[in-house]
Amino acid sequence: MKKKTKERLVKTYSLVLLSAGSMLMLLPFIWMVSTSLKDLSDVFVYPPKLIGKVIKWSNYMEVLQRFKFLPMFRNTVLVTIGVLVTELITSTMAGYAFACLKFKGKNTLFMLYLISMMIPFHVMLVPTFELLKNMRMLNSLWSLIWPVLTLPFGVFLMRQFFGGLPVQLAESAKIDGCTPWGIFTRIYLPLSKPSVATLSIFIFIATWNDFLKPLIYLSDSKRNTLTLGIYLMQGTYSTNWPVLMATCTLSLLPALILFLCMQDLFVEGIAMSGIKG
Amino acid sequence: MGKKQHKVVYNDAFWAGIFLLPSLIGLVVFIIYPLFKSFYLSFTDWDFVHKANFVGFGNYAKMFTDTKFIRVLKNTLAYTTVTVPVLIIVPLILATALNQKIRGIRFFRAAYFIPVIASTVSVSLIWQWMFNADFGMVNYLLGFLGISGPNWLTDKAYALPAVMFTGVWKNIGYNMMLFLAGLQNIPGEYYEVADLEKITIFQKFRYITVPLLKPTTLFVTIITIINSFQVFDQVVVMTGGGPARHSSVLVHYVYQNAFKFYNMGYACALGWILAVIIFLLTLIMFVINGSSES
Repeated sequence: MKKKTKERLVKTYSLVLLSAGSMLMLLPFIWMVSTSLKDLSDVFVYPPKLIGKVIKWSNYMEVLQRFKFLPMFRNTVLVTIGVLVTELITSTMAGYAFACLKFKGKNTLFMLYLISMMIPFHVMLVPTFELLKNMRMLNSLWSLIWPVLTLPFGVFLMRQFFGGLPVQLAESAKIDGCTPWGIFTRIYLPLSKPSVATLSIFIFIATWNDFLKPLIYLSDSKRNTLTLGIYLMQGTYSTNWPVLMATCTLSLLPALILFLCMQDLFVEGIAMSGIKG
Repeated sequence: MGKKQHKVVYNDAFWAGIFLLPSLIGLVVFIIYPLFKSFYLSFTDWDFVHKANFVGFGNYAKMFTDTKFIRVLKNTLAYTTVTVPVLIIVPLILATALNQKIRGIRFFRAAYFIPVIASTVSVSLIWQWMFNADFGMVNYLLGFLGISGPNWLTDKAYALPAVMFTGVWKNIGYNMMLFLAGLQNIPGEYYEVADLEKITIFQKFRYITVPLLKPTTLFVTIITIINSFQVFDQVVVMTGGGPARHSSVLVHYVYQNAFKFYNMGYACALGWILAVIIFLLTLIMFVINGSSES
């Protein structure tokens, strides 16, 4: 009996703690949406009110029309798709080579990938900029795709996954006359769907929210991605909080919808990056 | 068709070449080459326009007397020292609370995770508004406690703490999720045995959870330290490093040297210092972990 009540007490404390914490997590977002629907005159009042005198949907229209939100959105989508495709191709292919093929210098080469995982991008900031300039890719969306052609973490993750599959799979296919390419595309890739999905989520979050690279590489407002656009917008509309918050709300929506639809996959992806790392 | 024999080219080395090619191009062109180039440039005075002159260790020597560098290094160290312990203790407690048969687990998970999927730029903008001195939510709420809040983002003493708070707030959910995954890997039998032994909840936490969670904790600590040294987005959006560089950090200084002052060589040298610090800290973490295990 005593144990039961103790357990219930622990659960109650946990619930109180978790609820208080989640309020702190959600309050800024509630405040964001609330501000985004206010008239400017309702923003600068004290004490702050959750709902203004009028609900001003036109803030969102202003974001869509004046701030060219849709082109920025389109640019971000294009870059994210580009990075997803290239990084998934390079990661799965290299991961397969490291897990299933025998070749000279395999361990040394893999060490190289592991080391490059630890090096911060900021070391390469200047040479990458120069390289992109010489390749005439500055100020183009390609500048956000090519430099991240290889994701060492993705190679590592896929190697771990492919290495965990039973060897007999490849062996029997080999006897049937299947080339490594055939084994890769027909057996290993279809089996790797869960890993590829979690890796995709990892790449999506990183690319969708990237700020430093667009800030450095892009200087034409037609090419702005969402993060860069929001940052620049802050310069011109520094105190127009309703419009700024409407932009934040709109830019958060796609990732939020994706997350709410695939919550379990997201959680798994994060968990996997932790356990396998 | 039938039993016609066809010879299959099967040579692992050949196929490895094909499978690795795309990834190797990326590794060589966009990682290894820039690394070597950056190492070379760190010994020059390159300004992106004129020819680079070799200056030996000049850029590295300059750091010892560069008061701006010393300030951003101090700020970065302060950022790490404050945020990392918080980002380990709080998420661990939250994950432990969440790791029970509790109602609304999906809601809580989502609530803590939304800041993680939001971009740092929009999160920073939201908190800039929250921290607004006159009409912000933070000072309004502090008012209930009888505290008159400062002018957070323009006050020398409070700009960096505000940036720290935003960083913690954004990343709590990520670390919590990593801890939760680690907790779920601990077999339930351990706790069942502990229940029979009539051990208190704190003893359970101390003698079962903490030791068994060690690999996760090590990973979370390393990742959090590495990320804290690379903090940039919040600083640029919320304070721009100000006032008077009181919230500027290492990466911000690298960025400014490269693309605002055009001290490309110096920027590369600063980048390498960052890399060395991160490498050493990771090494130290592994050594500490190894020695406490034996």
